Amino acid sequence: MIITAIFFYLFAGVCIASAFMVIASRNPVHSVLFLILAFVNAAGLFVLLGAEFLAMILIVVYVGAVAVLFLFVVMMLDVDFSELRAGFLNYLPVGSLIGFVLLFELLTVIFAWFIGPEAGKAITSPIPAASAINNTQALGLVLYTRYVYYFEAAGMILLVAMVGAIVLTLQHKPNVRRQNIASQVARGRSSAIEVVKVKSGQGLS
Amino acid sequence: MTIGLGHYLSVGAILFTLGILGIFLNRKNVIIILMSIELILLAVNINLVAFSSFLGDIVGQVYALIVLTVAAAEAAIGLAILVAYFRNRGSIAVEDINLMKG
Repeated sequence: MIITAIFFYLFAGVCIASAFMVIASRNPVHSVLFLILAFVNAAGLFVLLGAEFLAMILIVVYVGAVAVLFLFVVMMLDVDFSELRAGFLNYLPVGSLIGFVLLFELLTVIFAWFIGPEAGKAITSPIPAASAINNTQALGLVLYTRYVYYFEAAGMILLVAMVGAIVLTLQHKPNVRRQNIASQVARGRSSAIEVVKVKSGQGLS
Repeated sequence: MTIGLGHYLSVGAILFTLGILGIFLNRKNVIIILMSIELILLAVNINLVAFSSFLGDIVGQVYALIVLTVAAAEAAIGLAILVAYFRNRGSIAVEDINLMKG
């Protein structure tokens, strides 16, 4: 139990510190790297909570895909980031005021509520014992049966996002000549060569 | 020393607040704003998984998976819009994004 507490405070502390550095860092590349660190530590928190599958998905999807996409965009765009950072201190008073109010309200709610005794009756698919079945199997048994439409909706969202990203970034350059395979294959003898009868001494006009 | 539900919810609340604060402080930089949105969605995920674990209901993890999907799609679309915008205008400052203002 003491080991769990130590690891909780380690993961939570590093996660919050790196999340702070994401918004406070001067260099956006550092921000992306701190974002990766925050996600990895959140995955550690998920492991502590017993959600191993989501922890691994978090690392694969966020660190492997989203954060690398951010890194790619930050490095590809040629932007003067120090100019974008101007005015950081102008927004600091009102921003921190709103932040403190929001945090105070959230923490007030967190420390004042409790789980009602009838909440247990609303549980539709309880987590099986960890010795009987692992987390991935338990999640799959629910996800592919009862929530299969949610799963397919998630797939449709990803498909639409993929098509949208391609449509947004694909650009047709009008002066680039591309190979047209169909017209090459359809080219026959009649369109390819022309036989001209030339009378001697007259030449071609 | 027992780690309860309140500890995880506190972490989620602090991450959420940091995400909101990031949107306020970096009002000119769209990339940092997108990263702040990712932080907010991560905080939501931590809340969902913590409730799922402490209430003993696995449906919370299903919803966390859906939120993860939407976050990934949002990041892809957002960055694609950013790249297309940068190609057209040569800048990503938020103040310059007023083409539709008329």
